Amino acid sequence: MRRSRTLATIEPDFLGKWEYAPAPESTSHLSIRSSYDLFIGGKWVSPKSKKFFSTINPATEETLASVAEAGAADVDAAVRAADRAYEKYWRRMPGKERGKYLYRIARMLQEKAREFAVLETMDGGKPIKESRDVDVPLAAAHFFYYAGWADKLDYALPGRKARPIGVCGQVIPWNFPLLMAAWKLAPALACGNVSILKPAETTPLTALHLARLFEEADFPPGVVNVITGAGATGAALVTHPKVRKVAFTGSTEVGKRIQKSAAGTGKRLTLELGGKAANIVFADAPLDQAVEGIINGIYFNQGHVCCAGSRLLVEESVHDVLVRKLALRIRTLRLGDPLDKNTDVGAINSKMQLEKIKELVQSGVDEGAVLTQSGCVLPSKGFWFPPSFFTNVAQSFRIANEEIFGPVLAVQTFRTPDEAVEKANNTMYGLSAGVWTDKGSKIFKISQKLRAGVVWANTYNKFDPTSPFGGYKESGFGREGGRHGLAAYLEAE
Amino acid sequence: MTVDQVALEERSAALGKRSLKKATKVAGIRLAISMCDLTTLEGKDSPGKIRQMCAKAVRPDPEDLSVPSVAAVCVYPDLVGIAKRALSGSTVKVASVATAFPSGRSPLSLKITDVRRAVSAGADEIDMVIDRGAFLAGDLRKVFDEIAAVKETCGTAHLKVILETGELETYDNVRRASDLAIAAGADFIKTSTGKVAPAATPPVTLCMLEAIRDHWFATGVKIGMKPAGGIRTSKQALHYLVIVKETLGSDWLTPDLFRFGASSLVNDCLMQLRKEETGRYRSEEEFTKD
Repeated sequence: MRRSRTLATIEPDFLGKWEYAPAPESTSHLSIRSSYDLFIGGKWVSPKSKKFFSTINPATEETLASVAEAGAADVDAAVRAADRAYEKYWRRMPGKERGKYLYRIARMLQEKAREFAVLETMDGGKPIKESRDVDVPLAAAHFFYYAGWADKLDYALPGRKARPIGVCGQVIPWNFPLLMAAWKLAPALACGNVSILKPAETTPLTALHLARLFEEADFPPGVVNVITGAGATGAALVTHPKVRKVAFTGSTEVGKRIQKSAAGTGKRLTLELGGKAANIVFADAPLDQAVEGIINGIYFNQGHVCCAGSRLLVEESVHDVLVRKLALRIRTLRLGDPLDKNTDVGAINSKMQLEKIKELVQSGVDEGAVLTQSGCVLPSKGFWFPPSFFTNVAQSFRIANEEIFGPVLAVQTFRTPDEAVEKANNTMYGLSAGVWTDKGSKIFKISQKLRAGVVWANTYNKFDPTSPFGGYKESGFGREGGRHGLAAYLEAE
Repeated sequence: MTVDQVALEERSAALGKRSLKKATKVAGIRLAISMCDLTTLEGKDSPGKIRQMCAKAVRPDPEDLSVPSVAAVCVYPDLVGIAKRALSGSTVKVASVATAFPSGRSPLSLKITDVRRAVSAGADEIDMVIDRGAFLAGDLRKVFDEIAAVKETCGTAHLKVILETGELETYDNVRRASDLAIAAGADFIKTSTGKVAPAATPPVTLCMLEAIRDHWFATGVKIGMKPAGGIRTSKQALHYLVIVKETLGSDWLTPDLFRFGASSLVNDCLMQLRKEETGRYRSEEEFTKD
């Protein structure tokens, strides 16, 4: 590869002339209520706990709304409402009819796409271009896809008859609030189950607005219930004896606690937990496009992605060239107002998450890794972290092992394909991986050896409702998406 | 260096989603006008047509003298003298296609004569075509030697090397041809003759800009870029400028290093400028069609 002394001294000017003017998305069409009750049995009910908490915009720290905190009695009411709806309406309804309801939700999501995108960005901090082009369209696509399965469940489990499980407790994370709600609700409802959905406490608004869609779509009361709250609410939900199926996406730590609590109860369980994915770049890869894949792998959604390509394994012979390109590319990432249509990197979801990122980054510096950051100016209000990567990283460093869940990449090198595979698999996680090479045979050879639920080749972070998603090892079990995603919500006869 | 088609096209499309409004839009459009090589390359080109186009090149909008002149006019070799006289006293350069444009199917001696004639008639810039037949047959040395010979013949005239990307078809080929042309002495690399479809596209331009970037980092030398053909609207032009800005930075946002080969683009730019100024679209008949 070309290595020249001038390589490091040339610095392009990405600001200078022709700067883009602010292009904020309008929020005038949005109606956020000042306070949100719980959506139980088709009605908005005030919490028996009498407690409310605030949800803020992490980009401005302004309070957006006050949201009910469901206590144990509220959870119990929601589970009972769901159970009644299951017996009275949903399990009896022909699949064809259930499908119609789900198609209705998919279409309504498309019609109100802008409202949901803006709300998602305000409540969670992600750039509007992502909520607009990824979160909302994919959420609608999931409802469309599983709506199609509702009357074809005889073909879901080959050779066996399938029936629904019953009441599902579904707890979702704050990184893709609406999309995770769709991933959970669409297959559950298509299969004839009913749900109590609990969104994360920092991002409850799009799930609550989704509940409004279920109301407008005239769903039978209690088929979908949305209860808000923090860890205690989630714990009350997943341990409720009438909940027959628990689906959780979130941290490995909480996932382990849920699995312990579910042991011996006969509850069905699927967990989608953390990750520390290796993105492997071979010397024969299309390097400029690999850089785009690395960027998309780790800075998409500020790195708040369980399948983020947070470890870059690069063949030693192209390390310097690739790192040079990467250092340049992160300087073109535009960090700032998430509502601006030209923003590439938004706000960190919460203060707590920001502290965690900072702590892990400090550990990387202390352990001797070399930190490169984009050098962008951070806004004074809100929670922000610049796109960053570490070089000179040893496999033993914390930043190479622990999930940072932020815009921070650890770059390591390898010399041979076997070493790449060994390093990639040398983790407690196993959710995803990436392989970059121009050689097709190498893609198949390597990806078969990777212990990861999803392997992307010459691309990264591509999602589709027809494609199963899920992990190995401490990244969880069970698959979401595709025909595989139905198995978690069906009982085989 | 290999190129992945899917990821390249995705990156190019993503850069097309930048939201450019008001002052940013106006500045971008004015920049695009100043980067145009106003082009006519037809069998029916006549001295009269050339003189009219040159007037347009110097003063694209007679009603708004703040609108900059275009960078150059681009004509066939036999019309260089006429263009040169029509443009005397202006900043507008004369570019001439040469080397048996557009097919390049002539012996090297004729191509050299073609170039020499254009240069001696006063051409400031030569737009040559590569021998795509030789390139696709794997005879890279022949392609290289021809470019080097033409470069030598150019003397002080700037050399733009047309790859005719529509005939090379793959981005891997485009990348290889870009590296080859740069190594052989191109001052600019250019996508297309305008006679073959597809002509310039945003991803092919991005691919060539990446070759230019790697050369810049390796040697410190700045090579220019010219997408040509099929760029008709200011919206397209702004997409190209975003790609340039976010790949190479501000250094390339100048007619010295970036050009558009186009004929109808200027009028669409003028129409958009007028719309930004007055708030409404005007009839296309308000803009001169030379």
